Amino acid sequence: MAVCIAVIAKENYPLYIRSVATQNELKFHYTVHTSLDVVEEKISSVGKALGDQRELYLGLLYPTEDYKVYGYVTNSKVKFVIVVDSSNTSLRDNEIRSMFRKLHNSFTDVMCNPFYNPGDPIQSKAFNGVVSGMMVQTG
Amino acid sequence: MECPEERPIIYTMENKPIVTCAGDHNLFTSLYTSLAQQLPREPMEWRRTYGRAPKMIHLEANFVQFKEELLPKEGNKALLTFPFLHIYWTDCCDTEAYKSSVKEDMLRWHNSLRTHGSADWVIIVVESNDTKKKNKTNILPRSSIVDKIRSDFCNKQNDRCVVLSDPLKDSSRSQESWNSLLLKLRTLLLMSFTKNLGCFEDDMRTLREKRTQPGWSFCEYFMVQEELAFVFEMLQQFEDALVQYDELDALFTQYVLNFGAGDTANWLGSFCAPVRNWSGLLLRRPIDMEKRDSIQRGEASLLDLRSYLFSRQCTLLIFLQRPWEVTQRALELLHNCVQELRLLEVSVVDGALDCWVFLSCLEVLHRIEGCCDQAQLAANCSHTVGLWAYATDKLKSLGELCGLVSEKGPTSEDLNRTVDLLAGLGDERPETVNSLQSPYKKLKEALSSVEAFERHYLELSHAAMEMYRAIGRVRSARLVGKSLAEFYMRKGDPEKAETFLQEALKSYLSEGWSLPVTHTRRQIAECQKLLDRKEDYLQTSALLAGDLNLSTEERKHFCQEILNFAGKPGNPSHKATLSMSVFAQLTQLQFHPASASVHSGAVLKVELTLRCLMPISVHIQQLAASIHFDVNHGGTHGRTQKSSETYQPWGVVCKNTHLLMRHHEGTSPPDTLNCVSPPTVTMKEGAQMLKVQDVTLAPGNNSIVFTAPSGQPGTYTLRQLCATVGEVQFVLSHIYPSVRYEVYSQEPQLTVEPLSEPLLAGLPQMVKFTLLTGHYTVKKGDALQLSNAETLPILPSTSCTARISNPTAELVSESTLSIQSSEKVTSISLPPTPPYHVLEFELEVACIIPSGSETAPLHDPKWRECERMSIDCPWSIYSTLLALTFYIPFKTKHSLLSAGNRKYIQVCVQNVSDVSFTLAEVKLTEKQHGSLELQSLNTKTHQLLCSKHSVFCLWEVRWKDELPSCMQCVFSANFSPLSQDTSAFKPFHYQFQLERVTTLYSVKAEISPPAGEQHCRSGLLCGLEVCITRLTEPAEGEIAEESKTEPDGFKITKLMYEVADSSSNWAVCGKSSGMVLMPMKVNATHKVHIEVMPLFAGHLPYPKIKVLRYLPHTAAVAIQPDPDSCVENDSLSLLDKTLDDQADTASIRSRGSVHSVGSGDQQQRGVAMPRLEAFSPGQVFNHSHTQQVLVLPATDDHIMEVNAT
Repeated sequence: MAVCIAVIAKENYPLYIRSVATQNELKFHYTVHTSLDVVEEKISSVGKALGDQRELYLGLLYPTEDYKVYGYVTNSKVKFVIVVDSSNTSLRDNEIRSMFRKLHNSFTDVMCNPFYNPGDPIQSKAFNGVVSGMMVQTG
Repeated sequence: MECPEERPIIYTMENKPIVTCAGDHNLFTSLYTSLAQQLPREPMEWRRTYGRAPKMIHLEANFVQFKEELLPKEGNKALLTFPFLHIYWTDCCDTEAYKSSVKEDMLRWHNSLRTHGSADWVIIVVESNDTKKKNKTNILPRSSIVDKIRSDFCNKQNDRCVVLSDPLKDSSRSQESWNSLLLKLRTLLLMSFTKNLGCFEDDMRTLREKRTQPGWSFCEYFMVQEELAFVFEMLQQFEDALVQYDELDALFTQYVLNFGAGDTANWLGSFCAPVRNWSGLLLRRPIDMEKRDSIQRGEASLLDLRSYLFSRQCTLLIFLQRPWEVTQRALELLHNCVQELRLLEVSVVDGALDCWVFLSCLEVLHRIEGCCDQAQLAANCSHTVGLWAYATDKLKSLGELCGLVSEKGPTSEDLNRTVDLLAGLGDERPETVNSLQSPYKKLKEALSSVEAFERHYLELSHAAMEMYRAIGRVRSARLVGKSLAEFYMRKGDPEKAETFLQEALKSYLSEGWSLPVTHTRRQIAECQKLLDRKEDYLQTSALLAGDLNLSTEERKHFCQEILNFAGKPGNPSHKATLSMSVFAQLTQLQFHPASASVHSGAVLKVELTLRCLMPISVHIQQLAASIHFDVNHGGTHGRTQKSSETYQPWGVVCKNTHLLMRHHEGTSPPDTLNCVSPPTVTMKEGAQMLKVQDVTLAPGNNSIVFTAPSGQPGTYTLRQLCATVGEVQFVLSHIYPSVRYEVYSQEPQLTVEPLSEPLLAGLPQMVKFTLLTGHYTVKKGDALQLSNAETLPILPSTSCTARISNPTAELVSESTLSIQSSEKVTSISLPPTPPYHVLEFELEVACIIPSGSETAPLHDPKWRECERMSIDCPWSIYSTLLALTFYIPFKTKHSLLSAGNRKYIQVCVQNVSDVSFTLAEVKLTEKQHGSLELQSLNTKTHQLLCSKHSVFCLWEVRWKDELPSCMQCVFSANFSPLSQDTSAFKPFHYQFQLERVTTLYSVKAEISPPAGEQHCRSGLLCGLEVCITRLTEPAEGEIAEESKTEPDGFKITKLMYEVADSSSNWAVCGKSSGMVLMPMKVNATHKVHIEVMPLFAGHLPYPKIKVLRYLPHTAAVAIQPDPDSCVENDSLSLLDKTLDDQADTASIRSRGSVHSVGSGDQQQRGVAMPRLEAFSPGQVFNHSHTQQVLVLPATDDHIMEVNAT
């Protein structure tokens, strides 16, 4: 389903980034990093418009020929980015939203772990499992 | 914003809704202008079907002459040519004329309409006064013609016939008439639209529902729905028109997706045909008829259809003034087309799509630029920049494909490919032939030569980068920059490439993206190698060699690069200096000893833990740490100055480093990534260094031990660390947090302290001598010379062992001390001891207890004795003075007791120490009077004297001739701690003196009950008879005193008596005190009678009777007894409460002074006043002391009263 899923800290360094094809890993890193431009743009514009009642889902950040990049930002400014293959047309907005929600729930679990140090790379198996589920689902 | 010159083109293409005109053509022609002008003037509300929102609409019409061919035939779906309204014009006002010709014509017209099923018609009757006047005779009332027409044609539809009055006159009547006509026309037109479009839409929907049936064609359906779009556009309902195209777009998209999912529709065949033309979007025409025709013919390719659809959407969006939606949709379209072609597996020549996308991007941008001014464009970069970047990307890949990016230029194969690609562009469209900057020309030019390509590519790249920067998308800008860098690399221009790469690297580093960092850094390394920038390259290589994102092979490669350079002989004066942090990390630093503080000359080890980041073991010729030396003033004065916190070993400090790291992680987490460029540091040449030669650092943690210089006392701070590998130096410019160690120098120090606290005088006890040698070396023959004090003899000991231990308190050696004592000096030979060692030995000393009571002041609660020792030490010309404090274990008191003339001496020994003792051989001797015999009344030879307890000893004094008035006594006893045997007995002496021992007077008191009573009763006066008797002849001193005052020969002395009852048992009635004259001879007696009243019943003690000596004012001051001893003796002699007595004496004194002639004040002021003097304790003997008398309660009535109540 997703080809790359990333969790990015408030300070914009990656807490977690995983992609399907290892040979393209670098490309995804670049893609996700660049998408932060749009994330920031959206956060600042949304922040102005709606104040506290902020929608966490940022929608499509930008499309490329091959991929669609979607964004989501938690209230603590941790960003989730999901990259989907453009050829995968079965994914609708709602599905992307639910993926983000799932990701957010799992991330919250990670944060609740008293042994997890906020700001450290995420190494939780449970979180990894959830991400794997999203990447495999429909291939 | 609409392009002014393009608008008319659209309108010539467009038709207004067609309205046919029949009847009097001349009449219509005369009214046409007004009609065409006035019809669109007022908007009308158009109510829509299917719940669509009503709209205000300005209606226009294209009036054409009625022809039967205009009427749509059955099945014709064309809407653009559909006549929405048919008008019949007539100005007939003549019934005859109407009947003869007009009606017939009208009927024909009406019939033909009816056969074609058209119900949208209206008959307009124009009236004018002129026509009325002209046919005055035949005039029927106006209404009659209209009525006739209505009855003939308008079957219950009277509104289908309208009258227009005096249309060409400028009158209010005319205007009113016009207005109603226009309203009617508009209403009818709208009705017609609603009806006919509704019909059309229904048909269209039906057609769409058939799309799953075989033989259904998308292209056909496309034409139908587009017809609707055209009509909406014609009505200027662009929104509705756009909806039609969007629906078509979505429908087509769905088909393609279904095709991808395996569902094939045969009409898709044409779209799957190989792409032969990639000339890009064409947005300059309102309708690209060429493409439309090909769609109509079913010959359009996918790109044709998409291009046409988009060009229509673009046109409508621009009408709607939404140019930024165009750019956004364009990007989506381009991405989508590429995907769709992939999905449909359409065969495309390599690079053809790139051409198409490139041309399309530029075309969209041109179109947008055409309808926006510069300011708007600049403000909306964010909408266009995507297209710029996309075009840049595509041009780059085209350049790569056509061999325009390589250093060598294109090969013949590349050229062939270029020709093929250019062929697919076809000829330039006529619209842009004259434009110099058309996308077509740009692409052709860019592919024509390496230089042109570079120019165009750079232009696009920079434009995209600038735009990204302008809108704050710095990361995107840097990514374009990186792409540009790759281009420069391929062109063999590493210098330009590195600038962009460094900039990108900075951003990845600052945000902690390790994979991009690694990748970019590797590219930078490549640049630096090509540029032959040795140090930079080595630094980058070192970073890469320690980069875990790379494979071991790659890391080894970069490590080897460094080692290769290091191995080459180079300029010895200048070595390549690199930052240590990329090579190895200092993770731990530990001092041995951990206190990091040693005396000068001692061994101090520093253990470093270096985590080597290299993938292979690296041999280091020298590892050195420079030291900053600081003469620390505190350090020379010994250990006391050293504060332990500052010299904590690194093991603890390391935790802080961790925190420091964590804090740093706030902005960018990976620690090793932070070194961007090599630091410009050189190893400062310090005078002192920690050095280790030839170390091999294995990957991971390595422990390296230095021996730190510790010659000069002071503080040494570790500053820099430098590892030398051949020609390369890795320098850690600051060791942080600051690490220092201290070297101190210490003077020898001798201390003496008791082995057990407290030291007790009189007993031999051990004291410990501790010598801290400091910087002094104790040589053989060195000795301590102790000057002997008389009170503090050093006891020669059989075995005295000296222990020598090192600074860490480990025992080094033991040896026997030789002690030589002479009369004055005790010399202790010390064993040889190294510096900064501790020499300890113990000696036995005893302090002699001073025997006199005056040496142990009574008021000192501690009974201390300080003894000073003077010691000459070999390291100093000055004697060392040491003080030891001994505590005297006993407190001794003596007292004189009398019984009439008999005398007793009591000695009380109080043990104030914590030790229990045995007392033996208790003895009392008198020094001066041999005739005196002191008979011991103590039965025990050995007495136990427990801690904090007292022992009383008593002697009776017996004399032969005369009792001396003064006695010098010595009390002596032997004591030993209870635990020790009798051999350890030590003597204890106590000297004291007794004066005025002889009893001078005896006082006897007698209480007699009142007359007639057998016993005293409380409340009743009793008699107290006091009898004072002189017992001895006047003593020598006494005579001398008295004879001066009373020279009459009788030798009379004055005594003062006083009855005092301290416990309020008695009330003295009358005089309680008085003076008696006492003859100074034996048995002279004086009796005094005093009335007293007992206040209580019971056995009451006698009131106290005091006798004092009264001294007349001229008498010289007698020997004043010590007030303390007076109290002391008083208490003992009276066997009463000491403190009470003391208070009593004072009170008696003051009372006495009241009764005396003078006042107390005067008495105190000078000796000239008469005063009272107390007798010494033994001088007055009180017979009735402690005697008691029985006192009965007052009366029995008293008891009765109690019963009665």
